[in-house]
Amino acid sequence: METGKLREKIQIMDAEAMRRALTRIAHEIIERNKGVEKVCLVGIRTRGVPLANRLAERIREIEGTSLPVGSLDITLYRDDLTTIAHQPVVHKTEVGFSVTGARIVLVDDVIFTGRTTRAALDALIDLGRPQTIQLAVLIDRGHRELPIRPDYVGKNVPTSQREVVSVRLGETDGVDEVILNELL
Amino acid sequence: MFLDELLQAFFNFVHPALRRIRPKPPNGRPPRAAKGVRSLEWKRKDLLGLEGLSAEEIHLILDTAESCKQIYEREIKKFPTLRGRTVVNLFYEPSTRTRTSFELAGKWMGADVINVSSSTSSVAKGESLRDTARTLEALGADVVVIRHSAAGAAHQLASEVRAAVINAGDGAHEHPTQGLLDLYTIRERKGRFAGLRVTIVGDILHSRVARSNIWGLRTLGAEVTVVGPPTLVPREITQLGVRATHDLEEALAGADVVNILRIQLERQKKGLFPSLREYARLYGITAEKLESAGEDVLIMHPGPANLGVEVSEEVARDPRSAISGQVQNGVAVRMALLYLLTGGRAQDAVLG
Repeated sequence: METGKLREKIQIMDAEAMRRALTRIAHEIIERNKGVEKVCLVGIRTRGVPLANRLAERIREIEGTSLPVGSLDITLYRDDLTTIAHQPVVHKTEVGFSVTGARIVLVDDVIFTGRTTRAALDALIDLGRPQTIQLAVLIDRGHRELPIRPDYVGKNVPTSQREVVSVRLGETDGVDEVILNELL
Repeated sequence: MFLDELLQAFFNFVHPALRRIRPKPPNGRPPRAAKGVRSLEWKRKDLLGLEGLSAEEIHLILDTAESCKQIYEREIKKFPTLRGRTVVNLFYEPSTRTRTSFELAGKWMGADVINVSSSTSSVAKGESLRDTARTLEALGADVVVIRHSAAGAAHQLASEVRAAVINAGDGAHEHPTQGLLDLYTIRERKGRFAGLRVTIVGDILHSRVARSNIWGLRTLGAEVTVVGPPTLVPREITQLGVRATHDLEEALAGADVVNILRIQLERQKKGLFPSLREYARLYGITAEKLESAGEDVLIMHPGPANLGVEVSEEVARDPRSAISGQVQNGVAVRMALLYLLTGGRAQDAVLG
């Protein structure tokens, strides 16, 4: 998604830290919703999807209930299609359950400007009328441009505008870690 | 003697446009060569034909269309993607499904769609294509979809305007969006192209659908046979890498896909075949004649079908027929093209 060359600065999170953060978020989701009735997880493509699956797995271990998991492609809802250099590929949205009346937890890897979340909210609402929508992210790196705030955060990472946060997951990148990079 | 005249007519009809196009494809830079992976970026300004598109480009369009087709499962059929964009349908020839599916595709993607048809516009006052193009440009069209009876009309328009141009059929040359929706339908039902045996039946001479299909299918590695009466199958067609025959039974034997062309009554000069009834008897596709084709043969027809002429009603309603599915696929393919052709241009942005 980012353009230009990157220099690796520091590892913010390793596999263990990621596992603990997701376990904590799983507990928080159960606590906040007083159980898991009507709770559905929706991952934002690409890396929100494996994260949503992992959260569902943790919640199943804790509560013994398998939550429905969907994936959302927000490409057609982006507000920057005319300004970005590389046109993103449109993928499928796969939400195999009715969102109407559900308590949806949107899952993404990083929250930055909030524009992805804004697009995801539009995409989700076009599928029906959820009872509530909550937001879970692995990393909150600040610099919001919209009034959007995550409900569950794995780790807050203060960053500069010249830095880029890369979340790598076993499912998509072969390794679990979060790296802070600098744009050269 | 008669045949020579026909060939000459075919050359005059199709060839001048081809000759003009071949040396330098006017639709933008050639795509980056992909090394084993699909090139994921669309670089062309226009979609003028399937000739010259790479396999990667075709698959990118079909992949995007597959995602767009999901709109049929939705209660609210609207994406905000093309909000504020204007799509102009400029049709110099009649059309129902191509025009309406472009209109639906544009509207479902959030664009404003304007229809201009020759009978109700200044075209009827004698305005030239070039002047019409300038007017549309000045009005702020982002995409112009053009159908015209002259081969090469879309290419000319594309060189005149900054807007993206989509060829919706130019003479007997190409009809790329129909070709793409046929490819989509084949990929959806058969899952592959390599080695697939595709038979195209009917009026090959006048058919832009046939030509677009042939270019696309050959690029993707399918084996193509064209069949029809000798007067409607030009000998030169074999230069496109297809097998030509006049024997329907032989052409259907073992076919995986049968694409039946419409007998274009409006384009039919008198005397190319004795009568519709004779055409139907010799080349009309009936359940009986289909028995020699593969058991799971896919039957396609670009529509509108003359039932009882090129295809029997029984075959058109057969479960192996994709004729109604093709219409939905047409909207999906056109949505994909509108998305790809209006895509990213400037330099910077990081989304998070």
